[in-house]
Amino acid sequence: MEKKIDLGLPGANWENRVVVAMSGGVDSSVTAALVAEAGYEVVGITLQLYDHGSAIQRKGACCAGADIHDARLVAEKIGIPHYVLDYESKFKESVMEDFADSYARGETPIPCIRCNQTVKFRDLLQTAKQLGAKALCTGHYVQRAMGKSGLELRKGVDQKKDQSYFLFATTSDQLEYLRFPLGGLTKDETRRHANRIGLNVADKPDSQDICFVPNGKYADVVSRLRPDAIEPGEIVDMDGAVIGKHDGIVNFTVGQRKGLGIGGRSSLVEPGATDPLYVVAVNPEERRVVVGPHSALGRNLLKVSEINWLGDNPISSSGEKLMIKLRSTQKPISGTLFSDGSDNGKVVLDELEFGVAIGQAAVFYSRDDSARVLGGGWMTETSLH
Amino acid sequence: MKFLEKNKEIVYVDYNATAPIRPEAKSAMMDVLGNPGNPSSVHSMGRQAKNVIERARSQISEFIGARQENVIFTSGGTEADILALKGSSCLSILISSIEHDAVLEAVPEARRIMVSQSGVLDSEHLKVLLKEAPKPALISVMWANNETGVIQPIEDVTNLASDFDALVHVDAVQALGKLPINFLNSGIDMLSISAHKIGGPTGVGALIIRDDLNLKPIIVGGGQERGRRSGTENLAGIAGFGAAAEACSKQEDANKKIVHLRDYFEKTILAKAPSAKIIAHKEKRLSNTSAVFMPGLNAETQVMAFDLAGVAVSAGAACSSGKVTQSHVLKAMNLPDELINNTIRISFGWQNSEEDVNRLIEVWLKIYQGSN
Repeated sequence: MEKKIDLGLPGANWENRVVVAMSGGVDSSVTAALVAEAGYEVVGITLQLYDHGSAIQRKGACCAGADIHDARLVAEKIGIPHYVLDYESKFKESVMEDFADSYARGETPIPCIRCNQTVKFRDLLQTAKQLGAKALCTGHYVQRAMGKSGLELRKGVDQKKDQSYFLFATTSDQLEYLRFPLGGLTKDETRRHANRIGLNVADKPDSQDICFVPNGKYADVVSRLRPDAIEPGEIVDMDGAVIGKHDGIVNFTVGQRKGLGIGGRSSLVEPGATDPLYVVAVNPEERRVVVGPHSALGRNLLKVSEINWLGDNPISSSGEKLMIKLRSTQKPISGTLFSDGSDNGKVVLDELEFGVAIGQAAVFYSRDDSARVLGGGWMTETSLH
Repeated sequence: MKFLEKNKEIVYVDYNATAPIRPEAKSAMMDVLGNPGNPSSVHSMGRQAKNVIERARSQISEFIGARQENVIFTSGGTEADILALKGSSCLSILISSIEHDAVLEAVPEARRIMVSQSGVLDSEHLKVLLKEAPKPALISVMWANNETGVIQPIEDVTNLASDFDALVHVDAVQALGKLPINFLNSGIDMLSISAHKIGGPTGVGALIIRDDLNLKPIIVGGGQERGRRSGTENLAGIAGFGAAAEACSKQEDANKKIVHLRDYFEKTILAKAPSAKIIAHKEKRLSNTSAVFMPGLNAETQVMAFDLAGVAVSAGAACSSGKVTQSHVLKAMNLPDELINNTIRISFGWQNSEEDVNRLIEVWLKIYQGSN
């Protein structure tokens, strides 16, 4: 018999109502099942975030996708009440518009973080409280643990699945109310639970794309919301010379090498050699994509906004030495965070980093305790120190 | 009467969504389900089936003051609405802005007649629209609104229609069984009704049509229902519909009891929660319907909170996914957003007891106190 989930709530488990955010995927389904098995009064809620029918552009398709249907079947199977909440307008306002604006500014946004930050941990959390729930559970692979000085947000045990990068914006108040029952499990263990319980979603593949862009063509979504971002423009080199054309800045991300429509070019430094070209900058005002050699991508100074700080003490005025992830899949690198006490700050990296895209998150981890998340912020500018 | 769901007692106050089936209807259906029989068959089993349908037709026509030949059975209120709106070959269609989705979606091109802030059709606006509308025109107005219960001025509509030679369709799905209906005296050309709102089964309804009305069938085939609606009849459903109509007609004072429960609920809530509001409180409403505004908590959260407490209510119009959208009815009434977003519908019915209402009040106040 495996150990049952303990959410650390006062009183007997059955006396505690908890809401589980159910997406219809295997992770949140197992979360709901494990919490229900532990005897809590579980309420499953699935958010309808966008009109599935119009997202896949098929006329007559139901506004609810197959995921909502799956979530309902799981709830039925484990015997919990389940509700679908219409968050379409909230999601459009807080996530999709921001996603499109960000691309139109030449940035590379991460809508999943915005979604966690707004519709899930602000709006759904409020609804859960209104329903008298004592906690909101999600199927994220992160851990919430009591440390020496209070609650800590920590990486998931499964290194491959760790989702802490996407949850950097979780505030201490939100963390207080949240629970992540899968944080201590591996994905394999989760699937084993799904099979043991007999969930219909046990073999469902993990979602890869951004949920409201089911076919991966995010340019289509951006063009619908911000038509300007798909106007054609010029590709220029570092000196401003036009060397090609592009069909919209939305298709380019700093650091990108493939899909430029132009090959490498003769090296200016070494006659006869060919340098591959990378996107070095995206300039929305002039609709220009600037390309250059790999060496032109090097950055070690990042401006960061909307910092969420989860350290035990306020950010030290002499700088906070940290490990930092600038992409979800990146190995943490070392650097120092400086902040003037507002939620803006800057990060100085110990070494040059190549291909840092504005709009992505800089997520902070502890140097002494590599699993501990210390918060993070959104990168708004990059340069050389 | 209590319903059980996973051994939890449920107080059911969502009769406008559907009413629990009446024992008379259930037993009529069980009788029919035991025998084979296609009403179009020549043999004795076919004749027996035909008799079942004609008996139901007679029960229903008597209940609503129509002749048997006026009654065309359909698969429900939605199909009845569609047959009326799509089958009549009028050059223009005018509908109220608070119609059911079945009407709104069937004729999206229709001109919308405005309603007042208390949800009553603006007859003056209808007159203006009729003056402009290409003839012949069809007017479609519901007898009573499903969300607010507000009774519409059908007599004004039929009078105006006769001034302008327009046809009148009335969606009486919610009015049936709650208001006296006399089709032949009403001046109405077409009337939609549905079985499951009066304690019959789902999946059956009828369009009541004036004898000589020219109506193009939407479902063609074997020519059943005098060629107006083809397809082998839903025999058990129709039998249940007829039995429910007869049972309903015998319970004349049921509505008096229901209005008493409803008024007691509203009075208690308003006394204990002065910032609560009843939508269209002062209007003539159905005896059973109460659209209640609770400050501080949006409708979809209220519906969940009531459900978790074992009370079945609803909000706005629910999509088949279960997602709750903003009420187009309250929107059409031009109410402030807060009122639109925080109002739920409570609708009582023939099985509700005083005990149910006390429990409802208790839960309502608990949710209200939790969020205010």
